[in-house]
Amino acid sequence: MNKDIMICGVGGQGTVLASRIIAASAMDEGYTVHSAETIGMAQRGGPVTSHVRIGADAFSPLIPLGGADLLIAFEPSEAVRNLKYLKKDGFVIVNSVPMKPTSLGSSEDYDGKAEIAFVRSRCGCLVVDSEKLCAPFGSSKFFNVAVLGAASGSGKLGLNKETVCEEIVKIVPERFREKNLAAFEAGYKTGEER
Amino acid sequence: MSKKYVMGNGAIALGALSAGVNLVAGYPGTPSSEIIETVAKYPHEGTYVEWSVNEKAAMEVASAAAYCGARAMVTMKQVGLNVASDPLMSLAYVGVKGGMVVVSADDPGPISSQTEQDTRRFAEFARIPVFDPSSPEESFEMVQDAFEYSEKYRTPVILRPTTRVDHAYASVDTPDSFKAREYEGFVKDSKKWVIFPRLSYMNHAMIEKRNIEIGEDFSSYRFNTVSGSSEKAIVASGVSYAYAAEFLKDHPEIRLIKVGTPYPLPESFLLKALEGVSEVLCFEELSPYIEESLLKLIGKHQLKIKVRGKLTGDVPPSGENDADSARRVISRFSGLENSESGIDCSEAPQPPARPPVLCAGCPHRASFYAVKRAMKGKKAFFCGDIGCYTLGNAMPLDMVDTCLCMGAGITMAQGFNHMDSEATAISFTGDSTFFASGITGVVNAVYNAADMIVCVLDNSTTAMTGHQPHPGTGRNLMATPVEKISIEKILLAAGVKKVITVDPLDLDASIAAVKECAELSGVKAVIFKSPCVAVVKSNKKMRVDSEKCVGCLRCIKEIGCPALSVSGGKAVIDENLCTGCGLCSKLCAVGAIGGVQ
Repeated sequence: MNKDIMICGVGGQGTVLASRIIAASAMDEGYTVHSAETIGMAQRGGPVTSHVRIGADAFSPLIPLGGADLLIAFEPSEAVRNLKYLKKDGFVIVNSVPMKPTSLGSSEDYDGKAEIAFVRSRCGCLVVDSEKLCAPFGSSKFFNVAVLGAASGSGKLGLNKETVCEEIVKIVPERFREKNLAAFEAGYKTGEER
Repeated sequence: MSKKYVMGNGAIALGALSAGVNLVAGYPGTPSSEIIETVAKYPHEGTYVEWSVNEKAAMEVASAAAYCGARAMVTMKQVGLNVASDPLMSLAYVGVKGGMVVVSADDPGPISSQTEQDTRRFAEFARIPVFDPSSPEESFEMVQDAFEYSEKYRTPVILRPTTRVDHAYASVDTPDSFKAREYEGFVKDSKKWVIFPRLSYMNHAMIEKRNIEIGEDFSSYRFNTVSGSSEKAIVASGVSYAYAAEFLKDHPEIRLIKVGTPYPLPESFLLKALEGVSEVLCFEELSPYIEESLLKLIGKHQLKIKVRGKLTGDVPPSGENDADSARRVISRFSGLENSESGIDCSEAPQPPARPPVLCAGCPHRASFYAVKRAMKGKKAFFCGDIGCYTLGNAMPLDMVDTCLCMGAGITMAQGFNHMDSEATAISFTGDSTFFASGITGVVNAVYNAADMIVCVLDNSTTAMTGHQPHPGTGRNLMATPVEKISIEKILLAAGVKKVITVDPLDLDASIAAVKECAELSGVKAVIFKSPCVAVVKSNKKMRVDSEKCVGCLRCIKEIGCPALSVSGGKAVIDENLCTGCGLCSKLCAVGAIGGVQ
């Protein structure tokens, strides 16, 4: 299998954990994996991306434009910002809950609706609502694992559900394990129902 | 042996450990910080590792180890090499006994740096070899080779990864345990270890002769490679090679030359690799280093080869390369198809700008806001420094007028004071930066009778680079408890007349402290002390009572906290982000913001 997965969002949303779980799961299944993530000044509230490249065809850490099979977007406008990385027949999983930029101004009315509509018009996608999905767990911070569940449930991740769950157990702190697994399961159902 | 999935920086660390490194020292700086942190995860007998107070200290500590015949590694980002350049330039003349690898991570873009400087040039300037890895896997092997070359030629060598190599993840096969090398220890020989003009003269001649030999040696080095046989060739180095190789994977006929050791130039290798070539494209980042080296080589041997790259406008002069620029630049040069695949995004809604901002609840926001309030209506210059708090420049705080380099906030504020004594000169320096290079500035200001306020933003960590400890935190890299070095005592010992320590989240006390200092002459200091919100987590939240909120949006307009936004004309707080610092509640005129549990 060769699969390029891009994860995007806003610094602080937990995209890095999601990409690490995918990469580790793919390794467990015997694939060659390369990945890259945004670190440093840019991650403080700025747009962030993680590139996960599964398979031996990847020489470099970054996915070329038009090269991603799957785009997992934690935020509507970030989905649009990175849609150029998606293959023509690629798939998007996108959170409909917008993250408003701090500064006041032209983006004051930004609600993510136009962005979601644009993504829908351009490619196959699954829209998830992080607030609804994570309500039972008390915090949107579980969205990073829930959205992995959605990717897995939708059949677009290309990795076994069990492998991903094993990695969640290994990677997340023990005291958050149960909630994370439940969040994954909730996401998985959403993905399956697509 | 076992496979480990690691960041490029982790691969460098594991490579050094596999080489039996005895001492590792460095100062945090993106994109290099994780190297030392990885070394520290494998504590074992015979390997000493430290966060040094700055890069110069790290280089000198490591030099002593190399004089002892031990293997030493020192790590930093590219601007850190500027700080460490004094010992490095001299060390290049003196040489080493044990292998010494200087890791200087470049940051094309720049993504998280002040400059787009090129460490390959620094290596040439210092007349020492440089290795340029194109992937984490290669970094792992190259750092081990670098120790061998360093010992063979008794010179410090540089490993120059770039951000996309440092922060890329890949699998490397590593030993299950590491064994530090045994070393002889320091053998006194003042003719060898004490730098004097005569020694420098003699060694300079030796170095120039030796570098020709190293260039020859590098000509058979396994990471200088050539594939394909076309008349038009691509020469690439570092991660740019990876982008080029990926683009050319379906075109094995295109000649692709990788230079893994840019200095000393592997001349024989390149002359052979360029046989039958009429035109060459240099695909590299930062400076046209290989391009210029090739021009020299071609001139020296009077070859008929056209050289294209940054100097001819074929490759962008600044910024980082990526898979897309590789496609554009190489397809144009090699006459390959350049088709943009992917989704048409021409009619996409413009995504909102998201400049990096101070985190919600960051105590620096409160410190900046207190100084702003205290100085309202007065002429003042605000000299910032390097760290998270550079982000105090963003609107609406707008509290950083200058930022130059580590430690410059204090010394520049002093300079402004001498040029314009009407204005209040104020510097903002973080705690880690204060220890790294702020102290000499304070001494300079006191000594030269400046009138200024030194603000130390003390959040008890080195936050921007990933929360490393520093001399004020009471623990070092190995989590050994050590005596906290008091910033207040240092300031007082340096002759600062008034030092006030205050909690920045106590807005009234903070404003009063700044006002009090502004009334006094001489050098004064305010230490704003409150822990980084990413380290000391809070369960507190604030909430806006929408009944009471009148929609004046003063909270948003004054402090720009990312947890605050507008909904239906009123302020709302994102409880996922809020840390309950309460700064917004203190400036709400109608008392609409209160704490919740």
